[in-house]
Amino acid sequence: MIKNIKRHWMLLMMLLPALIYVIVFSYVPMTGIIMAFKKYQYAGGIYLSPWNGLNNFKALLISGKLFQVTRNTLLYNVAFIFLGVVFEMGSAILLNEILSKVFKKTVQSLMFLPYFISWVVAGAILYNIFNFERGVFNNVVTSLGGSPFDLYNTPGAWPILLIFLKLWKQTGYGSVVYLAAITGLDQEMFEAASIDGANAWQKIRYLTIPSLIPTMMILILLGIGNIFRGDFGLFYQTVKSSALLQPMTDVIDTYVFRLLIDNGNVGVSAAAGLYQSVLCFITIVVCNRLVKKANPDYALY
Amino acid sequence: MSADAVTLTPDRNMRLAEKKGTGSGKKRISRDQLSVNIVGAVFVGIFALLCVIPFYLIIVASFTSEASLIKDGYPILPRLAELSIQSYELCLKNPTAILKAYGMTIGVTGFGTFLAVMLATMTGYVLSRKDFPWRNQFSFFFFFTTLFNGGLVPWYLMCTRYLNLKNSIIGLILPLMFSVWNMIIAKSFMVGIPAEITESAKIDGANDITIFVKLILPLSKPLIATLSLFSALAYWNDWYNCMLFVTNEDMFTLQYYLQRILGSAEAMRIVAEKSGIALPSVPLEGMKMAMTIIATGPIVLLYPFVQRYFVKGLTIGAVKG
Repeated sequence: MIKNIKRHWMLLMMLLPALIYVIVFSYVPMTGIIMAFKKYQYAGGIYLSPWNGLNNFKALLISGKLFQVTRNTLLYNVAFIFLGVVFEMGSAILLNEILSKVFKKTVQSLMFLPYFISWVVAGAILYNIFNFERGVFNNVVTSLGGSPFDLYNTPGAWPILLIFLKLWKQTGYGSVVYLAAITGLDQEMFEAASIDGANAWQKIRYLTIPSLIPTMMILILLGIGNIFRGDFGLFYQTVKSSALLQPMTDVIDTYVFRLLIDNGNVGVSAAAGLYQSVLCFITIVVCNRLVKKANPDYALY
Repeated sequence: MSADAVTLTPDRNMRLAEKKGTGSGKKRISRDQLSVNIVGAVFVGIFALLCVIPFYLIIVASFTSEASLIKDGYPILPRLAELSIQSYELCLKNPTAILKAYGMTIGVTGFGTFLAVMLATMTGYVLSRKDFPWRNQFSFFFFFTTLFNGGLVPWYLMCTRYLNLKNSIIGLILPLMFSVWNMIIAKSFMVGIPAEITESAKIDGANDITIFVKLILPLSKPLIATLSLFSALAYWNDWYNCMLFVTNEDMFTLQYYLQRILGSAEAMRIVAEKSGIALPSVPLEGMKMAMTIIATGPIVLLYPFVQRYFVKGLTIGAVKG
């Protein structure tokens, strides 16, 4: 041991900055989960504030929000994962079939564009299109004789909108992984199929899609592991602080954030955060174990 | 790893088809192939259009006069009679705030990216060394942080109370400086560099840091390019840390500044305060759009050139670490 340390001290030194980093920003905050059982006092900080038993969790339950935000987080992520797979894999397969190189390249570049902008800019886009008084959408609707549509007063429209927005931003980027997998496929397989008389659609159905399943599984697994983690930027920058929309748009992350920053309710926010972390941890461990059992190659670790 | 060939070149199947096509006229493309091609082109074409149209709408709106925006709303087609650079003039009338935000963003992005890439490659290299006895233990030590975390509150208290990151540039750099995923990308890339390089340099008496800096880094250019772009994009587009930690207006980053402008009341206050224009006549609608363009411009202009490296990076990352 000591001999090894002596021999590799320089490598250990190179590892040190990152080690300090994760200790300070991940491991020490992990001990901070005790905040969920404390009554936060500014003077006491994380470790010296008085204990509070389960009162923070009681407050969390009484607020009645917990079920709502958990459900929203879960349902949104289920939609993101499965529609994401359909969109990303679908566009990769279709892109791969396009014969014109120029067209393919152009389309791919355009699809990549939304990935490069921040959620703030995505919020600006939403404002441009769906602003009640001046938005492009209402301009079109009213010029066609319809009555204007007030998005910010229609909670029911938000799930569709947010799912679309997420797919809009992610598809171009996500399809790259599938495209890479397609290019890596054994071409002799396709040639053999052609000789056997398979047409282009049959080759997609019986060769390309089945070959992409391993890639798909890994991405779905990654998604499921984070199924209780909401995309904060997406929800925060589009919904803003509209209380009316919250039943349909509030996710755990926005809820935790609001409790902490807007309400200054440190203890309850910590309790909600711990609840989320534990949920995430259990999901990812269980999920990985199941996958490992079924097929070790797909497992995350 | 020939990541170049990843997506942008057609697969052999298609090349074969093309060859056949040029050999005996385009007729040789079979019917089913043509139908796949058309369906594909239509679907992805529509999706691609949906991806650019919003940007077009914002550009058009930013060049339309405020009077027209108030009267007829945001335009779909450019209203030629109402074209105006008024919104940009207003944004730049008092350029200090924007210039400060630009300076802040560029500085944070520059420093942050450099540090993030150094950290990811250095850590990744150590963990890729097969002769490093504890590489599995340390790898798991890092990886575990992606499985479990303490949540927002302890992290926030750590940053504000114990590290004092409020209103400090460090507070904008540190939170995005290390990503386990980037480290894994670096590690799996470096596993592919022949171990003999390290071994023979060791025999020649080079130490680990020299090997890393002089031999490994030059061999990792595609990796460095990719990680730089990931980090630079994360820093450039960051508004979250600025929102959490910065209250001093002189330290706002571009995205956060834009976020404040988009909240109408805030924009009104800034404009009225700094240019003395009476509140009701403040041209806000155009300004919001112009500001969006100003804040997005550089990254979008850069992206056609860097897109290739993102494709590469994703492929490097797709190798399980």
